[in-house]
Amino acid sequence: MPSYSFVLNGKRVTVEAPADMPLLWVLRDLLNVTGPKYGCGVGACRACTSHLDGEEIQPCVVPVGDCAGRKVTTIEGLADGDALHPVQQAWLDCDVAQCGFCQPGQIMAAAALLKKTSRPTDADIDRIENVCRCGTYSRIREAIKKAAADT
Amino acid sequence: MARQLSRRKFVVYTLAASTLTVAAPLGCGTPSAEGAEDAASDVLVTGTDEEMLVLEVTRANKVVVRLPRVEVGQGVTTAVAMMIAEELDARLADVEIPLADARTEGNQFTGGSNSVSSLYGPARRLAATARAKLVTAAARRWKVPAWSLRTGRTRVFAPDGRSATFGSLTASAAGITRPAVSAKPKPAAEHRVIGRPTTRIDARDIVTGKAEYTGDLSVAGARPTVVARPPTLGGKAVSVDDRAARALPGVHAVVEIDGGVAVVADTFHHAFQARDALKIKWAPGPLANLSDAAIRSRLRAAVPKLAAPPGGTAQTEAEFEFAFVSHAPMEVLTAVADVRSGSAEIWFSSQSPTDARESIASAVGLPSSKVWVHVMRGGGSFGRRLTYDAAIEAALISKKARLPVKLMWSRTDDIRHGRMRPATHHRIRASHARGRVVAFAHSTASVSESYEGLSAQGGARAAAAPLPSDSGLYNFGRLSGDSGSVDLAMPLGAWRSVDSGTVRTAEEIVVDEIARTLGEDPVAFRRTTLRSRTVKAVLDKAATAGRWGRSMPSGQAQGVAVHEEYGSCVACLVEIDATDPKNPRVTKVVMAADVGTAVNPRGLEAQLMGTAVDGISTVLRAGLHIDRGAVRESSFADFHYARQRHAPPHFEAHIMPSKRDPGGAGELGVPAAAGAVANAYARATGTKPRRFPINF
Repeated sequence: MPSYSFVLNGKRVTVEAPADMPLLWVLRDLLNVTGPKYGCGVGACRACTSHLDGEEIQPCVVPVGDCAGRKVTTIEGLADGDALHPVQQAWLDCDVAQCGFCQPGQIMAAAALLKKTSRPTDADIDRIENVCRCGTYSRIREAIKKAAADT
Repeated sequence: MARQLSRRKFVVYTLAASTLTVAAPLGCGTPSAEGAEDAASDVLVTGTDEEMLVLEVTRANKVVVRLPRVEVGQGVTTAVAMMIAEELDARLADVEIPLADARTEGNQFTGGSNSVSSLYGPARRLAATARAKLVTAAARRWKVPAWSLRTGRTRVFAPDGRSATFGSLTASAAGITRPAVSAKPKPAAEHRVIGRPTTRIDARDIVTGKAEYTGDLSVAGARPTVVARPPTLGGKAVSVDDRAARALPGVHAVVEIDGGVAVVADTFHHAFQARDALKIKWAPGPLANLSDAAIRSRLRAAVPKLAAPPGGTAQTEAEFEFAFVSHAPMEVLTAVADVRSGSAEIWFSSQSPTDARESIASAVGLPSSKVWVHVMRGGGSFGRRLTYDAAIEAALISKKARLPVKLMWSRTDDIRHGRMRPATHHRIRASHARGRVVAFAHSTASVSESYEGLSAQGGARAAAAPLPSDSGLYNFGRLSGDSGSVDLAMPLGAWRSVDSGTVRTAEEIVVDEIARTLGEDPVAFRRTTLRSRTVKAVLDKAATAGRWGRSMPSGQAQGVAVHEEYGSCVACLVEIDATDPKNPRVTKVVMAADVGTAVNPRGLEAQLMGTAVDGISTVLRAGLHIDRGAVRESSFADFHYARQRHAPPHFEAHIMPSKRDPGGAGELGVPAAAGAVANAYARATGTKPRRFPINF
C-alpha cells in the first residue's frame, strides 16, 4: 500500500492508503478527524469543505494521492489554539448554526472566500454552493459580512 | 377535586441519591410514578426516571438534565437549559442537557412541535424546587433565615457576603424534604433568561468541529458499512455474486438484508468500492410500471367530490398538485450497532427511541430490556428521524455479520430509498355571493404507504391521508372537505408541518384568488375575513414591517400568507423577482409570529428562517420525480433544495410579545412561507401556479 505524508492542521502525518482513496475518508476513518462531514460524496453538498494549501476543496472528491507534501486544513485547524478564527467568531456572534452538520464546511468555504476577497459582495456570497438544509443562509450572509468587517 | 388535580399536576419528586436529584413527570398532568401518592409535598421515590424529567446538581457545580427528546437543530437543548437556568439562577454555561437513552415508557417523542410547550412547566417546576432546597440547605449551614438568601451564578449568597456553590450544597440539599422558601416558578415579569435572545449552548462545539454526530463516534470495532440498493423502489436481489467484492482489501463481511446487500469494511472508501464490485441481479420493485404522470392522474381520480355549492353563488375553483419531497437532512441516516447473542447496543439519532427500541429488539430477537438505544444529536431531521430504518438495518447487519457496524446510507440511498413527503392533489372551491365567501370546500388525495416490507425497516404505516383544514381560520361560511388516498408501495414519512405544508399552502393560494375575484387587496381581504385577533395582529405586523403594497418594478411582486397551528400563528410577507420566471429569486422575507412566550427569541427566529427556506424550496424548485418505479434524483445536484443564491438576501422575523405559555414553533412557518412564495410568484408573473414545485 502506498504511503502519503502531508501537513494536517499544522502537524505532519503519514498514512498508508490507496492513491484513489478520497481525502474525506482518510481524514475520518484513518486519522479520526471528523470535522469534515460526508453529505453526498460527489462534491455537490460541500459539507466536507476544507482547505488544501489554503484553497477551498471538497475532500470527498480529492484523492489522497493529490495531497502528498501539501497542507490540509480542516475545521479543527482553523482556530489558533483557543482563539477562534474571525469567521468562527462571527458564526458564534450571529448564532448561525442550527443542526450544525454543514457548518464546518460553510465556515471553511467562507474563510476561503475572505482570504481571496476581503470585502465580499452579496453576489460573491451567492456563489457559495454549500447546502444548508436547515436554511441558515441569512445568518451565514450576515456572519460573512461581520467577519469581513472585523478583520 | 379540581384543587387536588391541580396540586397533583405540579408535583415534583425527590429521587433518593447522594446529590440533589429531583424529577417531574412529563406528558399529561397525572403522575403515574409509584410512590407518588401525596402531591402536597415532594415525596422520596427510589424508582427509575422513566416518564420523568430528572435534574441533578453535581458536586462539580453542574446542573444536569437528561432530556427525553432529540436535538436535531431545532434548539430544544438550549431552550430547556434556559428554563433550568432561569428558575435555578444558574449560569447557562453550568447547565448540561445530555440526551436520554431510550426508555421503556413515557413520552420520549420529539415531534408535532410540542417539545418546548410540553417541557415548559415540568422543567421550570423542577428547577424551582431544586433552588428552594439548595437555599434551605445553605440556610441551615449558615444558620440564617432562608428568606434572607439570594441565588445567582450557580451559587447561594448570604447577606453578609458569604456564598456557596450549588455543588457544595448538593449533598445536604438532597436530604431536604420541606424547603423553607417557595418552590414555585417565577412570575414571567421576573424572567431574565427566558425571553432573552440566546446563542445555542452547543454553538462553540459546532463552529470548532467538535459537535459529535453518530458517524463521528468511535465505538470500539464498529466497522464502516454501506448497502447496495436496488435501482427501483422495493426492488429485490435475485442473485448476488460477491466474489470480487470479498476479494478486495479491507472487506470484512458481505451480508444480504431486505433492502439490499451490505458490505462491512475497514473504511467507507473500502466499503463503497466493495459495494460497487458486487454483481447483483435485481428484480424490479412493485412500482416498476409507474411514473409521475400516472401517479398524478390516480391522485386526481382519488379526490372525493366536493359538496354541491349553495344556490345562487359564484365559484372560485382551483386544483393543485404537490410532488414528492425528500427530507434530505444534511446528516444522512447513520447508525452504530453492536448486536451480540444476548444483548444489543445501538447509537443513532431518533425522534421516537422508545418505539425504535421495541422494533429493534423484535427484529434481532431479543427482549427489549436487553437492547440499549443511545440517542445521538442529529444533523437535521424535518421528520426523517421519526422512523428508524437505518437503525434496524444496522442491527440486522451486525447480527448477521457478527461484528459491530457503523452503517451509513449514502446520499443516493437517502434520496432514492429514503422516505418522502407524499405527493398530493387538492381540489378547492370557494363559493361567494354579494362579495362574501359563504362556503369553502377542500378535498384532497394523498399517496399513502402500503408496504409490508417497510414496517420491518422501521416505519409505522404512514398516517392516513391529510384532512383538509377545518380550523375555520377564515369566516368562510360552511366548511366542508374530504380526503382520499392512493396506496402505493413507497417509503413515505411526515415532513416538517406534515399535511399543513400542502393543505394550508393550497388554501392560502385560493384565498389570494378569491380576493382577486372580489377585487380586494390580499391583506385587506384577509383582515376582514380572519376570525382570530392574534392572526390579524401578526398579519398587520408583517404587512407594516414589510411595507405591503409598496410599488415594485414589473416582474417583481409581494405575496402574503398566514397560518395558525400548535397554539401559535404566523404571517409571512415575501418579495420575489420573477423577471425570469424560470429562475425566480425571493429577495425578501418578513415573518411575524405569535407563539406565546418565546423562550429563546433567537432560536425562534432561526426556526422561522428555516421554514422560509423550506417554503421557497418546495414551491419553486425542490421535489422528486418518479420514473418507472424509481426516484430520478440522487443528490443535492438534482434535488434542488435552496442554496445561498436562492435564499432571501433580506430576512426579518418579528416576535409578538405574549404572556401565554409557549405554543409550538418548529413547523409553524412552512405553510405561510410556501403560500406567500406562491402568491408572490403568481402576482409577479400574472400566472396561477397549480403544480409544485413550479420549476421542476
